[in-house]
Amino acid sequence: MALRDEIGPYFGEYGGRFVPESLIEALDELDAAYQAARVDPSFTAELAQLHATYTGRPSIITEVPRFAEHAGGARVILKREDLNHTGSHKINNVLGQALVARRLGKKRLIAETGAGQHGVATATAAALFGMDCVVYMGQVDTERQALNVARMRLLGATVIPVTTGSRTLKDAINEALRDWVANVETTHYLLGTVAGPHPFPVMVRDFHKIIGEEAREQVLALTGRLPDAVTACVGGGSNAMGIFHAFLDDPSVALYGYEAAGEGHLTERHAATITRGRPGVLHGARSYLLQDEDGQTVESHSISAGLDYPGVGPEHAWLSDIGRASYLPITDDEAMQALRLLSRTEGIIPAIESAHALAGTLKLGRELGPEAVILVNLSGRGDKDMETAGKYFDILDADALAAEDRAPADPLGSTELGVER
Amino acid sequence: MSRVADVIAARKAAGSGALVGYLPVGFPDLATSVEAAVALVENGVDVIELGIPYSDPVMDGPVIQAATQEALARGFKLRQAFEALAAITSRVDAPVLMMTYWNPVLQFGVDRFADELVAAGGAGLITPDLIPDEAGLWLAASDRTGLDRVFLAAPSSTAARLESAVEKSRGFVYAVSTMGITGARADVDAAARGLVARLRTAGAVSTCVGIGISTPEQVREVIGYADGAIVGSQLVKALADGGVPAVAAAAARLATGK
Repeated sequence: MALRDEIGPYFGEYGGRFVPESLIEALDELDAAYQAARVDPSFTAELAQLHATYTGRPSIITEVPRFAEHAGGARVILKREDLNHTGSHKINNVLGQALVARRLGKKRLIAETGAGQHGVATATAAALFGMDCVVYMGQVDTERQALNVARMRLLGATVIPVTTGSRTLKDAINEALRDWVANVETTHYLLGTVAGPHPFPVMVRDFHKIIGEEAREQVLALTGRLPDAVTACVGGGSNAMGIFHAFLDDPSVALYGYEAAGEGHLTERHAATITRGRPGVLHGARSYLLQDEDGQTVESHSISAGLDYPGVGPEHAWLSDIGRASYLPITDDEAMQALRLLSRTEGIIPAIESAHALAGTLKLGRELGPEAVILVNLSGRGDKDMETAGKYFDILDADALAAEDRAPADPLGSTELGVER
Repeated sequence: MSRVADVIAARKAAGSGALVGYLPVGFPDLATSVEAAVALVENGVDVIELGIPYSDPVMDGPVIQAATQEALARGFKLRQAFEALAAITSRVDAPVLMMTYWNPVLQFGVDRFADELVAAGGAGLITPDLIPDEAGLWLAASDRTGLDRVFLAAPSSTAARLESAVEKSRGFVYAVSTMGITGARADVDAAARGLVARLRTAGAVSTCVGIGISTPEQVREVIGYADGAIVGSQLVKALADGGVPAVAAAAARLATGK
């Protein structure tokens, strides 16, 4: 069977449904609605129309020769998901799931978010479709991604900072699952990555596989051949599955997922789940995860909120085990240097998440040499990361910052829905 | 053969029902959690549900989350759960079920976990995030050891899924009273009554209702139509607020509803 034909609920020994019984009926209902929608021409036409007139699809590809000089001279081509409406690939999945939710008659969307990109995309879809929206976000992330919190509120969503556990993405997922258990009749949980219980891993992948399908044709048209390698960053792994999927059965195309190694994958402060984790159950699926000997989830660390997750989608776990894709660690500093390099050589400021893929590509290009063609998923733009980057490179104007600190205004622009800080 | 089912049946035969009390192991510390569990039985609790603290407890509300998070922050290790279990079962006759999310069992080794549970005098497992469909390893290990296995049934479960829960459970079926997570509620959902009736139709002979029960009146109401009532957050709150004397008093008060 072709690798592309895997549709869950299991990918090898990974995946499944490890959730409270209360959620099973909702998952079955969602699975049935999704299976009906994916073969319904009116559904696919509506989604395609939204992508053409709202998302901005197809997203372009951009060859980046000045950046590529630092990658051993290989041809480097970026798939520009950063140019999508809302600034990342996340909108692909969100519009698809929101349409499914509407078919189910659900009027309330809930979501988890790490960097805020998925939360912004969900808030956007809720505004577009006139639905209520609640986004759970770890308190740590609300602080390091304050701009995205404001964006979600401006779009009419309620942002709930999660103060349990490590106060990051994994705890936001726990809180969203608790909300869903209690409100499943009216609410769709719009999970933002290729993790979670079936059917989420396969459904989210399917809504993102347009990335790879477009890019495969675009690279063929530009270069006359398939790329030698496709690279992407991997947190939960949705942008990576999105661009990998079209190439799974092209054996000449190597697939590389770059995990966040934080301060180093051999330290205790990283989010390199496949590199350093082992199989277990978290958030409804069996996959690799970072855990201690007792099976307690270990807190992950990354400068990138969107990759700061101790789990990974089950399809990636499977692709790693069967050797179809390779997963390698990229440190905070490697990612930040790549972020700056792309900014300075090509005038494109990537999200810190995507900068992990760029950093991996710099190494890979030097290995593969100047004949190689490498396709990189530039999954998001860096606007949201300016404060982090500004501090990291010490390029913020100190006087202006001091003046801002003296001003009484809440930097999050709290409303009556405001967070407690 | 199930000690838990026998205890529940005996309570029913006496014209009442069973009171199942939940407390997490290791909260506020290991020794106190043992004393608190013993105090439950001394004050009318028929079956103990001993919770294993877990980093990602998606079925639990704020009270239990806070307690288990504190236990973990103080360095709780899985090995200590078996130590506490052995200490409790050496002092009380009431059966003790462990309540655990699935990953700790998986990482410890399902067979090894079952063997340790037997060695410590445990009666079986309640598994909130393990559905029978995914439970192959546990079904085999519990059949081999004779341990009880309590699966959950929800108001949203289909008839086929209720039948599966009844068929695969041993000891009792855990009827989730309401669509939601653990924590006290003013009204235990009417859905519980309907769910228990549907479970009986599906063949259940031993059904306990949990989620949201916090008063003797609710205990009385539930055992009017079910075989037992499960109380958790209310006991944990008492332990957090007033230590072992408070949890003993809370159990005694709840037991007046039997």
